[in-house]
Amino acid sequence: MATTAAVVDHATHAHADDRSFIRKYIFSTDHKIIGIQFGLMSLVFLALGGTLAMMIRWQLGFPGKPMPLGSLLPETMAAGGIMLPEFYVALVTMHGTIMVFFAIMPLLMGLFGNFLIPLKIGAPDMAFPRINMASFWIAVSAGVLMMAGFFVEGGHAGAGWTGYAPLSARPDLSGVSLGQELWCLSLIILGLASILGATNYITTVINMRAPGMTWFRLPLSIWALFIASILVLLAIPILSGAAIMLLFDQTIGTNFFNPATGGQPLLWQHLFWYFGHPEVYILILPAMGFVSDVLACGSRKPVFGYHSMIYAIISIGFLGWIVWGHHMFQSGMNPTLGMTFTISTLLIAVPSAIKVFNWMGTMWRGSIHFTTPVLHAVGFVAMFTIGGLSGVFMSSTPVDIYIHDTYFIVAHLHYVLFGGSLFGLFAAITFWYPKMFGRMMNEFWGKVHFWLTMVFYNAVFWPMHDIGVHGHMRRIYDPSQYDFLKPLAPVNTFISISAFLLFATQGIFALNFIISWFKGEKAGRNPWKDTGLEWSTPSPAPHGNFEKTPTVYNAPYEFSVPGMAEDYLPQDQKADQSRAPAGAGH
Amino acid sequence: MGWIIPHGVSTFTPEIDRLYYIILVITGIAFVLVEIGLIYFSFKYRAQPGRKAHYIHGNVTAEVIWTAVTAVTVVIIGIMSVPVWNKVKGRNSVPAGALAYNVTAKQFEWNVGYPGPDGQLNTADDFKVRNQLHVPVNRDVVLEATAEDVIHSFFVPAFRLKQDVVPGMRMRIWFRATEPGPYEIACAELCGLGHYKMRAFVTVHTQEEYDQWLAERAAQAQSEAQPSAVASR
Amino acid sequence: MKRLARYTLTLAFAVTGATQLLAQGAVTGTVKFTGAAPANPKIDMAEEPICKAKYTTAPTDPVVVVNKGGLGNVFISVTSGLPAGAKAAAPSTPGTIDQQGCLYHPRVFGVMAGQSIEIKNSDAVLHNIKAMPKKNRGFNISQPTAGMKTMKTFPVAEAAVPFECNVHGWMKAKVFVMDTPYFAVSDENGAFSLKGLPAGTYTLEAWHEKYGTKTATVTVTATGGTATFTFAAS
Repeated sequence: MATTAAVVDHATHAHADDRSFIRKYIFSTDHKIIGIQFGLMSLVFLALGGTLAMMIRWQLGFPGKPMPLGSLLPETMAAGGIMLPEFYVALVTMHGTIMVFFAIMPLLMGLFGNFLIPLKIGAPDMAFPRINMASFWIAVSAGVLMMAGFFVEGGHAGAGWTGYAPLSARPDLSGVSLGQELWCLSLIILGLASILGATNYITTVINMRAPGMTWFRLPLSIWALFIASILVLLAIPILSGAAIMLLFDQTIGTNFFNPATGGQPLLWQHLFWYFGHPEVYILILPAMGFVSDVLACGSRKPVFGYHSMIYAIISIGFLGWIVWGHHMFQSGMNPTLGMTFTISTLLIAVPSAIKVFNWMGTMWRGSIHFTTPVLHAVGFVAMFTIGGLSGVFMSSTPVDIYIHDTYFIVAHLHYVLFGGSLFGLFAAITFWYPKMFGRMMNEFWGKVHFWLTMVFYNAVFWPMHDIGVHGHMRRIYDPSQYDFLKPLAPVNTFISISAFLLFATQGIFALNFIISWFKGEKAGRNPWKDTGLEWSTPSPAPHGNFEKTPTVYNAPYEFSVPGMAEDYLPQDQKADQSRAPAGAGH
Repeated sequence: MGWIIPHGVSTFTPEIDRLYYIILVITGIAFVLVEIGLIYFSFKYRAQPGRKAHYIHGNVTAEVIWTAVTAVTVVIIGIMSVPVWNKVKGRNSVPAGALAYNVTAKQFEWNVGYPGPDGQLNTADDFKVRNQLHVPVNRDVVLEATAEDVIHSFFVPAFRLKQDVVPGMRMRIWFRATEPGPYEIACAELCGLGHYKMRAFVTVHTQEEYDQWLAERAAQAQSEAQPSAVASR
Repeated sequence: MKRLARYTLTLAFAVTGATQLLAQGAVTGTVKFTGAAPANPKIDMAEEPICKAKYTTAPTDPVVVVNKGGLGNVFISVTSGLPAGAKAAAPSTPGTIDQQGCLYHPRVFGVMAGQSIEIKNSDAVLHNIKAMPKKNRGFNISQPTAGMKTMKTFPVAEAAVPFECNVHGWMKAKVFVMDTPYFAVSDENGAFSLKGLPAGTYTLEAWHEKYGTKTATVTVTATGGTATFTFAAS
């Protein structure tokens, strides 16, 4: 394959790579390195966000008891190891903020958006490699600013990850000044990184597809990333604008959200959720795409209803813009709007259901190889279904009156973001790991990690539905204050212990990730026998990706084509003309 | 325990609970079908030597059916929600003649303003009680709620009632309690470091008990308002 | 009979030039209260059984403390007469405020600018302490456990900085941050003493949270001086 004649297209890239270490690995413009950089940064934040969650769970499971290692914390966070309420609300705020903005979103968009898009569409790199590099380093500075908030006087932001004004706008009422300002500033800067990234992804997908890679030959992972990028491009500026207004309220005395001087607190909620709901789909759509890719490969079958999957992605992306009010049913917004948002919200169940049934259809009459990524993908479908179904309760406004702001919501959002996004990410990381590092992750430990995660994950979040139905409010420091919550204390303790075990289980994944990097079994070009373009290049893929620009002949998931010796037909491989696969013509 | 909603004591309870159980049954069926399907497919279609996957790209009929079934089901749920929502929160839902109280939320307390002996709210003989809402049973009650500082949320789990109270806005919250007793009021919207301590009580009395309580507190409030003659020693 | 506030000054002289410069006299005095003291508002502590248990009778909010004709919780300070720019180093021992039985002890006190304030919680319930100064940086912290202590400092002089607890809306205190060490708070009988004033003539100000301020002039000699303030029921 690697003939010298083949490198004509990329003569500048494919000769011996003489870039310095810094240009190659630190300030790299290579989309794969930038993707991995995003990935490592986000995994560190994922671990940090998880650590914060463990502290939250300690306080809820064992209220008022000194936290293990709590004496290491400064007096402004924990007194004699006992967590302070102001630190608790900062923990709740930062767990959400870090997980959403610095872990899940950059893993999906930063890592896989970067890593997969050029490889899967047959491009040598991103459309704007330098902007891509800038995007990463801007994101890092936003992360540093966000972390700095833990060390400033008054502690970190404590108004929840949703930053509801006026609590977030009034330091005199929250006790937090600099922390909340850093929170705004960091999100504004991170927003810039996201916008740069999204512009890059959209441009790349539109302009840099290899010959023959028509829109309906794009893998669903790319479709999902493409639609999610459009959502990022449209939604993030709204958050940035709102955060700038909030920052002005805090620092230079504007009154956007202060009712005493004519401002309107609900304005913040409208702006935040007008961004926030598309954000929810930014956090799930790419995972849906990865799972479709992995399930098709694992089942050795084309994705069931490929076109309707695409239309479902597009309609979720569209409907995501007209449902923000369902976060505000109890906010005091005009109650007549409740009905409008109920209907639009319930409608989202339709494309979501289509996707779930299509994934099941993909498995139906397949030949499923339960490798680690496939286990995670099936786990994703099982868990996302629960998250989707629990959402139906809230979309019914009368039921939402009762369960709004309770642990039912906490359970619901974690079934979507952990059971959904994170399982999808585990599937994607274990699936594309060989392409990133040229080595396989350990299958045995991968499966151990999956099963333990599945068990403990459900032990943590399933009972939260239960305590939510009993009215347990979210974001409260000490549930034992309320008589009606006292009987739930054993459930809280059970959840906390399960959470510690769930957290410990992730150590297996971390070790597997790190050790396999150096000691894993060498991966060939195509260890999973998949059809995507990325598998036609060496593992890890070289700078410039392809020895020769690939030409695409086939639909993305041509598995088990009748009459062929192999059970997969790569996208860039011409099928025998007489036995052209049915999906190839689209 | 489990998915059973605890006992409720307002006129909203039966309707909200019924809706909850209907959704629980519908989603429960979907849940069982999907999860059992996944487990069954995982077992049945696991890779086995000598067996090849079928080359299938989809099935329009099946897709149309499950799209239609889902759409119809959710629309039915939506339609069933409308009357209950309108009863609890609709713009004109507060019944005429409801007993009115002022509720002022601030970090971290609920101050309840009662009409004094004249029975009229917002007159000079009103009195205020901290964290104590007393109402008669089987009477429509409306709370004229405002917040002084940040957003709070008035939540009475036993009434299935929750309403954010936003500074700068006046919220009308109504209910009708059906059983006497003390019930807890919680704040359900993060309002600062003492959020979890923002707890109050609503005490539902029989009418006689309520009249007695109101008279006592009104008299007490009146005596406190007068400059009493405690001689300086 | 309603009387306008009046102050009496009793001055004693023992003047020699040398002693006047060297003398460091104590000003003693009382804050008197005339008329009927109003009843303090009752506090319903039913929601905090731990605090309620600390009282044998129904607790009240001690706004006006009158004993033997003297008014307590009055803050007395020197408003003029000190050499311009007189500054003193802040003592290393902290001023203390305790939360006990869901009330602040003391209710009114003074510290020097830069002197630390030790905030203590003697109740096994959550208190938050929200300080709302105008010239200094405010804070809002919490103390969920009994025995917890937090140190805070105000670097700039400022009168009557409000402290409040939002969990127990009735809890209020006032802190005076002073540039000089010459200040005192009257005790429950209205007595106070200002120590260490150099000989000279000064204007003193007495401040009460409900009755406002009164001023008096006092001349301090080697043997000290005395001052009396009289507040009347309004």
